[in-house]
Amino acid sequence: MNPFRDLLFDYTLRTVALGAGTLGIVAGALGTYAVLRRQSLLGDAISHAALPGIVLAFILTGTRSTLVLVLGAAIAGWLGTLVVMTVVRHSRVPEDSALGIVLSVFFGAGLVLLTYVQKLPDASQAGLDRFLFGQAATMLERDVGVIAALGAIALLAVVIFWKEFKLLSFDPEFGAALGMPMRAIDILLTTFLVIAIVIGLQTVGVVLMSAMVIAPAAAARQWTNSLSIMVLLAAAFGALAGVTGAVLSASAEHVPTGPTIVLAATMLVLISMAVAPERGLVWAAFRRRRQRSRIRADAVLGDLYALAAQHEGEHAHHVSVIEAMRAGRTDVRRALTVLEERGLARSDPAGGWTITPEGRAEAEQGANESGESA
Amino acid sequence: MSIELEIQIVAVVVSVSCSLAGVFLVLRRMALMSDAISHTVLLGIVLVFFVTRDISSPFLVLGAAAMGVATVGLVELMRRTRLVREDASIGLVFPALFSIAVILITRYAGSVHLDTDAVLLGEIAFAPFRRLEVNGVDLGPRSLWVMGGILLLNITFIALLYKELKLSTFDPGLAAALGFAPGLLHYAFMTLVSITAVGAFDTVGSILVVALMITPPATAYLLSDSLPRVLILSAVIAAVAALAGFWTAWLVDASIAGCMATAAGLLFLLAFLLAPERGVIAMARRRERQRWEFARLMLAIHLLHHEGAAEAAEESREAHLGEHLRWKPAFARRVVREAEEDALLVRLGDGRLELTDTGRDSARRAMLM
Repeated sequence: MNPFRDLLFDYTLRTVALGAGTLGIVAGALGTYAVLRRQSLLGDAISHAALPGIVLAFILTGTRSTLVLVLGAAIAGWLGTLVVMTVVRHSRVPEDSALGIVLSVFFGAGLVLLTYVQKLPDASQAGLDRFLFGQAATMLERDVGVIAALGAIALLAVVIFWKEFKLLSFDPEFGAALGMPMRAIDILLTTFLVIAIVIGLQTVGVVLMSAMVIAPAAAARQWTNSLSIMVLLAAAFGALAGVTGAVLSASAEHVPTGPTIVLAATMLVLISMAVAPERGLVWAAFRRRRQRSRIRADAVLGDLYALAAQHEGEHAHHVSVIEAMRAGRTDVRRALTVLEERGLARSDPAGGWTITPEGRAEAEQGANESGESA
Repeated sequence: MSIELEIQIVAVVVSVSCSLAGVFLVLRRMALMSDAISHTVLLGIVLVFFVTRDISSPFLVLGAAAMGVATVGLVELMRRTRLVREDASIGLVFPALFSIAVILITRYAGSVHLDTDAVLLGEIAFAPFRRLEVNGVDLGPRSLWVMGGILLLNITFIALLYKELKLSTFDPGLAAALGFAPGLLHYAFMTLVSITAVGAFDTVGSILVVALMITPPATAYLLSDSLPRVLILSAVIAAVAALAGFWTAWLVDASIAGCMATAAGLLFLLAFLLAPERGVIAMARRRERQRWEFARLMLAIHLLHHEGAAEAAEESREAHLGEHLRWKPAFARRVVREAEEDALLVRLGDGRLELTDTGRDSARRAMLM
């Protein structure tokens, strides 16, 4: 089974991959703002708060059409955000608690509605279940159309309101001082975040949606300090995670799509954290080693200089002497090798070490710079 | 004991345990860790299950609790790299672990009844049917024994380590300086939270665990400033939510867990609006009262400012207030009336106002402040 051929010709895989990829782009782009504004878990709250909206939309309209349900989800999610903001502004309840309350209470109310729906003669709320856990595999091309259309609107908003959103994320006080309606812009951005989240619910489900908002942006953050690049990169990572997850889950038996996408996204984050230039942990480890090596070499060079100063002319010293000076706390041999490579020290066949003229110069320069005598 | 009574008792025990642990989660600003833990315990259960192959093994609880602590550790690890913020770390760790759990279940345990539905929703209605039997003697619902034990654990932990918990919550720096080992306490506390979450999760599902751990304490936090009172209030509110939820679910024939969560939410809403001092309505009233107080004071100051001066006759006329202080006539009328009632001034026959001694005093004091 060639995954790439299937990607093009298998209706289901193509649909799922397209849907997941679109979701990745939109969630990644809008998630960038959420992550930058420290609102990562707002996504979690919104996706849980969406449940009662979905069920109510079904109860009121009787259809299970994606567009209707997504609309219901969006309204509920938006209301949830409103409640969080109100609670935080008008009471001393901390923000994370407010998020937790909205998340669990709205979801609980959704469950009550769900059990009510289960008893309706039109039974099968199986269609609603797919929002809970995501059933990407049952996505239709029509659903992808809805996702793409709503996603396009959200992305268009990001482009149109680029400056406003940027200001809101980094310096809202300045924006307010400029006379811009920061509260309205905040609500606008949150609205599009809600849209991004609800279109993803049927792909990865309520529980995992928060990861799709956070992971691509967190990964992108490791590679750049520029907002525009971060948004683009996050969108790209999101798409990559979506398509990869879809393909991988299709190529194995009994592997649900939603969780696979989330794991793919998480892998991207971990890889980015490890190898991204500058911030990457791997490079940081290398840098630390190089610094330690340099400090060690400098210390040993200083010791060689001190030893040389005690003798007229050249006098070689054995490694153990220097090791004693360093009180056994440093890997002296390695430092000496490094110094020899740099031409600052010289060894003789008997195992004695001397400082070279270049070494002397370097040591003296170091002493001058630090303002103390060798 | 009737089934309904058993369910209610279990519900109350679960909610009180969760809310007691939750008080410190809310106060330490770690509320969403409960959300994370309640999801990742599934992975712990799955992993232990793969080893023991026994769905009712007690090791499942231990494994789940260990996974809860591991979650906290992983989030901390991620946060310490300083490449990802704390809130983002939480939102990355638990979905990843939960995804692994779901994949493992679907792929390898599909035939066993390890139902993802039950994970989120739990089913407290089944509690009476899983009995604890020792030597063939039916000791009651298993959940009751498990959660009862956990409740005891919670109470004991909080009682024994009350001072340490209190200090490390409100002043971690001082706690560390005094040698209270806040780091160790933190992990011990998170272990307690994990154990509570696992026990409760089996009965009511992960979402209700979050609802019960956060909502009653937040409600109590709006009602009191004293930690012991907040603890007691949380427990009471949680119990009320549990009972109210159960009865509503019984009447409407809906999910018990969902109703309990909704009940807790409604209680929070009530407190948010009606709490004395901190409720929205109380604060609005206070602001309104202060507005009129301030206006009366401004009037007194205005009168004092112009007293004895040439323009006093003009400035102290009631009608003039509209011009100088930009007050609408109706507003000015009311302020003057209230000031008169407060004996800050007297109305002279010709429309002028004159400060009384009290009024003069208040104005002077206000300006010195």
